[in-house]
Amino acid sequence: MAELKEGRPPAEEEEEEARASGGEGGLPGRALAAELLEGPGVPSWIRALSVPVLAIVTALALGALLIVFTDPTSRAAWAGFFVDPLHTLKVSGIAVRDSYEALFTGALGSPTGIFNAIRSGDLHEIALSLNPLSETVVAATPLIFAGLAVALGFRAGLFNIGAEGQLNAGAIAAALVGFSFTGLPGPLHLVLIALAGFLGGALWGAVPGYLKARTGAHEVITTIMMNYISYYLVDFVLLTTLFQRPDRTDPISKPVTAFFPHLLGSDLRLNAGILLALAMAVVVAWLLNRTTIGFEFKAVGANPDAARTAGMSPARTFVTAMALSGALAGLGGAVQLASISPSLTPGFSSGYGFDAIALALLGKSKPSGVVAAAFLLGALRAGARSMQAATSTPIDIVTVIEALVIVFVAAPAVIRGIYRIKAQRGAGVQVLTKGWGG
Amino acid sequence: MTAVASDVVPAGASRRAAAVGVFFLIVAAMIVFVFGLGVPSDASSTFVLNPVQGGAIHIPNLTLPSRASALAIGALCAVLAAVQLVRGFGRRTNLVLGVVVTLFVVAFLTWAAHDKSFNLVGMLQSTLLLAVPITFGALSGVLCERSAVINVGIEGMLLAGAFVGTVIASVAGGASGAHILGGTPGEWLGLLAGAAVGALLAGLLAVLSIRYLVDQIIAGVAINIIALGLTSYLSIAFLEQNNALNAPGIFRDVKIPGLAQLPVVGPVLFDQNLFVYLMLVLVALAYVGLFHTRWGLRVRAVGEHPRAADTVGIRVLATRYRNVILGGIVAGIGGAFFTLGSVGRFDENMTAGRGFIGLAAMIFGRWNPIGAFLAALVFGFADALSTKLSILSVPIDSNFLLMAPYLVTIAVVAGVVRKARPPAADGKPYVKE
Repeated sequence: MAELKEGRPPAEEEEEEARASGGEGGLPGRALAAELLEGPGVPSWIRALSVPVLAIVTALALGALLIVFTDPTSRAAWAGFFVDPLHTLKVSGIAVRDSYEALFTGALGSPTGIFNAIRSGDLHEIALSLNPLSETVVAATPLIFAGLAVALGFRAGLFNIGAEGQLNAGAIAAALVGFSFTGLPGPLHLVLIALAGFLGGALWGAVPGYLKARTGAHEVITTIMMNYISYYLVDFVLLTTLFQRPDRTDPISKPVTAFFPHLLGSDLRLNAGILLALAMAVVVAWLLNRTTIGFEFKAVGANPDAARTAGMSPARTFVTAMALSGALAGLGGAVQLASISPSLTPGFSSGYGFDAIALALLGKSKPSGVVAAAFLLGALRAGARSMQAATSTPIDIVTVIEALVIVFVAAPAVIRGIYRIKAQRGAGVQVLTKGWGG
Repeated sequence: MTAVASDVVPAGASRRAAAVGVFFLIVAAMIVFVFGLGVPSDASSTFVLNPVQGGAIHIPNLTLPSRASALAIGALCAVLAAVQLVRGFGRRTNLVLGVVVTLFVVAFLTWAAHDKSFNLVGMLQSTLLLAVPITFGALSGVLCERSAVINVGIEGMLLAGAFVGTVIASVAGGASGAHILGGTPGEWLGLLAGAAVGALLAGLLAVLSIRYLVDQIIAGVAINIIALGLTSYLSIAFLEQNNALNAPGIFRDVKIPGLAQLPVVGPVLFDQNLFVYLMLVLVALAYVGLFHTRWGLRVRAVGEHPRAADTVGIRVLATRYRNVILGGIVAGIGGAFFTLGSVGRFDENMTAGRGFIGLAAMIFGRWNPIGAFLAALVFGFADALSTKLSILSVPIDSNFLLMAPYLVTIAVVAGVVRKARPPAADGKPYVKE
């Protein structure tokens, strides 16, 4: 095991070695992936990306099996497997191809469509052809906020499963500000909405942080419970006269009255919310890498006892980190309200909390990684909607793929085992969470 | 945390004692002013002590004057508060705290039931029934964590057990056929299949956390998402178009001869379905097994000090695999309860966090099967209360009642975990040197 050098901290620094020297590398007699990824000249960022990328590929492959198993035509063909195996495989292949094709064109648009639209020069046509891309970005926007929230928590040693509840809490506050203040100048109103979401989420996130700091209550349980409480809180406020739309009897809030401007015309839902999301990614990166608070987060996350010995206060860090984490999720809720779903409804944030965990793991808790992962998952989610419309494959396949990605990214040894890649230097066991007492 | 004699109380402890005393006072005031003076002076609360249907011996209803009972209970709380503030209950504080909370609940019930009748037996029956999945989840957690593997994937195992249980039971004949202990052959197969899928997911958790040293909490979360995604996906792909796959039938209640005739206790404990009996048996088995057998001693050794256990020849990893898979079987059966013991069909995400509440019950019960069961009863009671109260049209928004179990969980985890000590090696992978 000479190659496995422990002791180097898990790749903390950003991709500064990214532009390390190129060169061909290859060892004969190995699996293709191993050959491509292990040569001495392969840049380290390719090695670093190899596990996440292979995790995604493997998850998609397993997802394909699921499609083969559930698609009615392919299932019917399997009945005749022993009569005509080639036909069976062909039908299965077509089912998978159709589903994934619908998934990818739903996420990115069809290249020929975009090309023809641009050649025609008609702006409306161009906008239409770019709609899938715009939808991908729109789907990625709240994911970036939620993913950053969970990633920030991870860095401070906190496993925040409560992004969902924090997003709801932020959305409640943001909705209140969004529909009750009228007559304000738009930009100012937007700032207030964002601020309300930020504070609402911060408050909701600070509670588990405080409980952990004061009583040791594990944040995994408290944040999950806070999620459920937030669902009922949303249900409750939506039926109060303060929130409910006067003309409706179902639980739906009055719409907010200020919106992030559209970026590419009103045909596309693409809006400035994504810019705020990207800005937040930069802020989180700056916070983590360039400030004392960020240093304390990482120190406490790596070893709370050592941090305490060094004079830091893990308790204070837990509260601050959870509050900031919640604030990011809450901001995501506010942005969602002020861009694509102007009214708060039950199930406003269903699923973002789980998605966020996948994103933080996939992005290795780095803001840049989270953004990339959020675009990927946003593409899958946007694509899955068209896939469900075009084929018989249910949208929930994305959840399955997502869970598999989490497993493979959390257990790189599995991926390395499948593709016979050697462990990277420093790729020891990364401790992300601690036991109950922590 | 050491027990402190009452004459040498450190500042922190006396501040806590004073805070507890003030809390008792607030409870007493609330009982007197809201539950006592908040009802008409001539109102009475009726508690029905017979099951909703059946019941061999009819017992007269218990009718209490609402205001007088609440005032009496309030006075009792005030006395306890005074004693706490003046002298303190010392190491019995927690017991008294439990008593005061119970008194509060009783006073609350007399208030909620004023001028109405409230079926106490029905309430206790549904408490026990609602405690079933929580107990199974908590037992699963106890089995895993006593061998030092944290199982956050209980929720997913419950959900998978519910799904597979319903499908297999429906395919294998559903509600038709002779009943054995209240279940048709199909339902029994569904139960076994639920246990099997629980074991399968637990096996995944075990391989990930024991062989691949994956962070156990993340592995558990991944199992939850896989279960949620797969069951939702398969339920849309198959169950929605084909209702015959989602008609498993429900285990019937089985009366235990003789015991079921007892007043109050009979209908609550001895006229239930298989899952309730299974739960009671499993709690006893797990308790005796863990604390009074050689197997249990070994498991606990592996959970507390794996290296020492290894040194004396206990196979640490094998023990962990075995316990995690056992835990999965228990959780899978608990999951099958949702479809085969309660609802009779599968709905997307129907477990609604019961697995996590089971984890909280495990912590509340201090990693002890009996403690976990009692904690699950508390959660079951909160659950049952929230549904019963909405029937009584209590002037509290139903959403707040629905929040109650989750709020209780937070209170429990925050209030108790500090004093509860998990197995020393909990969550730490073991690598042989």
